[in-house]
Amino acid sequence: MIKVERLVKTFGTTKAVNDISFEVNAGETLALLGTSGCGKTTTLKMLNRLIEPDSGTISINGKNVMEQEPEALRRSIGYVLQNNGLFPHYTVAENIAIVPNLLKWDKAKTDKRIKELLDKLHLFKDYFNAYPGELSGGQQQRIGLARALIADPPVLLMDEPFGALDNVTRTKIHHEFKELDELKRKTIIIVTHDVQEAFELADRIALMDKGRIVQIGTPAELLFYPANDFVKDFLKEQHLQLELKTIKLTDIWQYLPDTGKKINTSQVPASAGIWDALDSYKFYPRENINILNQQSKEVRSVTFSQLMSAYSHYKNHQPHE
Amino acid sequence: MNEHQQTLWEFMQQQSDKLLVQTMQHIGLTFISLFIAVLIGLPLGIYITRKKQLSGLVLGIAGVLQTIPSIALLGFMIPLLGIGAKPAIVALLLYALLPIIRNTYTGITGVDATVKEAAVAMGMNKWQVLFKVELPLAMPVILAGIRTATVINVGVATLASYIAAGGLGEFIFGGISLNNTNMILAGAIPAALLAVLFDFLLSLVQNLNFKKVKGAVKVAPVVLLVLSCLYFIPSAYGSKLTAGFTPEFMGRQDGNLGLISKYGLKIHTIVINDAVMYKAAQEKELDVISGYSTDGRLKAYDLLVLGDDKKIFPPYYAAPIVREDALRKFPELEQTLNKLSGLINDSVMTELNYRTDYLHQTPERVAKDFLEAKKLYKPDRGGNEGVVRIGSKIFGEQYILASMYTMLIKGYTNYNVATKTGLGGTKIVFDAMTNDQIDVYPEYTGTGLLAILQAAPQTVTRLQVSKDSTYNYVQREFKKRYKIKWLKPIGFNNAYALMMRQAQAKQLGVKTISDLKRYLDSK
Ligand SMILES: Nc1ncnc2c1ncn2[C@@H]1O[C@H](COP(=O)(O)OP(=O)(O)OP(=O)(O)O)[C@@H](O)[C@H]1O
Ligand SMILES: [Mg+2]
Repeated sequence: MIKVERLVKTFGTTKAVNDISFEVNAGETLALLGTSGCGKTTTLKMLNRLIEPDSGTISINGKNVMEQEPEALRRSIGYVLQNNGLFPHYTVAENIAIVPNLLKWDKAKTDKRIKELLDKLHLFKDYFNAYPGELSGGQQQRIGLARALIADPPVLLMDEPFGALDNVTRTKIHHEFKELDELKRKTIIIVTHDVQEAFELADRIALMDKGRIVQIGTPAELLFYPANDFVKDFLKEQHLQLELKTIKLTDIWQYLPDTGKKINTSQVPASAGIWDALDSYKFYPRENINILNQQSKEVRSVTFSQLMSAYSHYKNHQPHE
Repeated sequence: MNEHQQTLWEFMQQQSDKLLVQTMQHIGLTFISLFIAVLIGLPLGIYITRKKQLSGLVLGIAGVLQTIPSIALLGFMIPLLGIGAKPAIVALLLYALLPIIRNTYTGITGVDATVKEAAVAMGMNKWQVLFKVELPLAMPVILAGIRTATVINVGVATLASYIAAGGLGEFIFGGISLNNTNMILAGAIPAALLAVLFDFLLSLVQNLNFKKVKGAVKVAPVVLLVLSCLYFIPSAYGSKLTAGFTPEFMGRQDGNLGLISKYGLKIHTIVINDAVMYKAAQEKELDVISGYSTDGRLKAYDLLVLGDDKKIFPPYYAAPIVREDALRKFPELEQTLNKLSGLINDSVMTELNYRTDYLHQTPERVAKDFLEAKKLYKPDRGGNEGVVRIGSKIFGEQYILASMYTMLIKGYTNYNVATKTGLGGTKIVFDAMTNDQIDVYPEYTGTGLLAILQAAPQTVTRLQVSKDSTYNYVQREFKKRYKIKWLKPIGFNNAYALMMRQAQAKQLGVKTISDLKRYLDSK
């Protein structure tokens, strides 16, 4: 869907983006991860030509972006800005309607679509005529997202869309984000410097440093097969948590004992990470949780210590570490 | 204090027509120039946000323009654009430019870069970014600039009357030259109120929220145009001919007030400085002007004095006045001085003034030529039977007359003459005479009546009817109060007068002020 080859951008003497290539498949979510100033935003902005590259090619859906009219190109790509960039002089509804108005949709169609989106994003219609200044940061970011999604573009570029949020709100939005069917069929590039966020939301992660991609791969690949010390160090601090999120219950299924005691009724799907299973313990003596393996329709009931020993078995059988 | 306010109020009521016209002109001038300044300043301000390297130069030039003193700027405009509305509007708009350009520039530069980027990222082209994002967001700052410009313009527009563009300055500067406080205030107070009012209204617009500003900005051009049009309403009537009067003439009963009340003259009138008035008449920018009936410029510019058939201009007949003791001391003096009586009429005096003022001939030569032509000149007898002291005021006509009297006395009597010419104004010469410093000087009946005797208005109106009644009155009063004798009038009358270009007057068949009124009233 998106193909970037040997992209270079220099500002004065700073090589902001230094020979970057990657591909994003249709429907896939790629995270551009890296510390501040490593060239994430610059890379993203070259995709919709907010910045013109010095060299390299970009094609979206098989078409070279440099050969398209920039305004038309931008209208066909959803873009969520680092600082949301809502128009302070437009109401919420007007802000969301910017692209439809540029595309000259009729008003009824626009209104219907806005209502639908606000609904999906859990925003009340009361806000319709409010100005962005009257909304909280989280609400503003959702409006920014709605604005990018309104014309249902196949490609969505997001620059630290949840950057300005507190942890609780961010976790909540992450969940909503994953649930949103609107996003499931889109090709998404999301820029973040938050390792957790990248692991949570992306199918693949491109870890960047000083204008280059150091490693690109699935979260598990980065975690368990880091290309070099930079990648290892980058993930080190949150390694355990990332592992518990990345390793799925299906991965350790073979080490889970089947006690057969299926007392309580709630079940954790085996496709979830270990982290989610740990999360659902209430921590009282000899507590069991039920794990449902959707493929085999088998349910296993395990205690906390059984789960932990399965995890340790799994780890010992891994080639690295 | 109360009484004072009362009279100001009365003045404003009495002059309410003119006050209204001037106020409309004032608002009109302010907003025409503002409108044009916005038309120029806004695009220019936008342009320099795109070409930042030009911003310093443009803002610098606009800044320099603003430091030019207003009077000087208006002065520069006259050779370029003449008199009237055009130069005034240009001068005003030059002042209004800086705040508008500067605030447009700062306003647009100050728009949040993220918001601008968002607009581009949504797929807006540069015009859409400008009109949908940059201008609306910069609008409060731009409006602040327009507000500043408006207040500046209301102030500077008072000076427009210097170059005959009207406005409340007519009252203010007319009042200053007539030493009439009410008239000054009748112009200054409304001007100040206009400034406060517009400032307030614009501050309201500036503080509207975005939604309403959108609406306000849409109606703004209409409002500006309507306000601008106010300037043209007053000139829309009686505009067949245009009159230019000095501020002093405008405010005098024996001036424009009399023209209106006695003749019912309705003519489009602009107020203009005496110095540019004659030239403007010659260049056909003005058709009727006020002036002095024996001014040399009448001839220089080929102007015709209209007959004052209803006698609103009091006669200012010139005659020598002499101390009675001097008449006793020099028995031959009176008959010698009277040799000139009845010899110089208005056109002759105008001709003589023309020769000194425009051809720059000396008063002595002009006097001698005239006496020789009239076969009155006799060479100096070199007499030594006492010295007659002759005085004169400080303008050409008086010098000429003083020279003639000197020559006559020296040629016809055995007295010698000492001249003390160039004595400032009426008060100085007359004080010199009452203090026995001079024996004789030429005076005008009107001046004697108004400036020296300070006659009451009823008396003035009563006497105004004929030349003789004024002459008889001053003669009697001077004798009684000062023991000074008015000798026989010389013949000419140096009074206020209305003038037109000879050719135009002839073409329109206008000889008197009543003719002029008939012409103006005819369709
Ligand atoms: N317009 C510009 N002019 C000059 N230098 C720039 C410009 N934009 C970016 N840079 C430089 O390019 C480098 C990469 O910037 P970029 O904005 O892509 O970083 P980033 O990874 O998005 O960082 P952050 O996480 O802080 O947003 C930085 O060193 C930055 O200073
Ligand atoms: Mg960035």
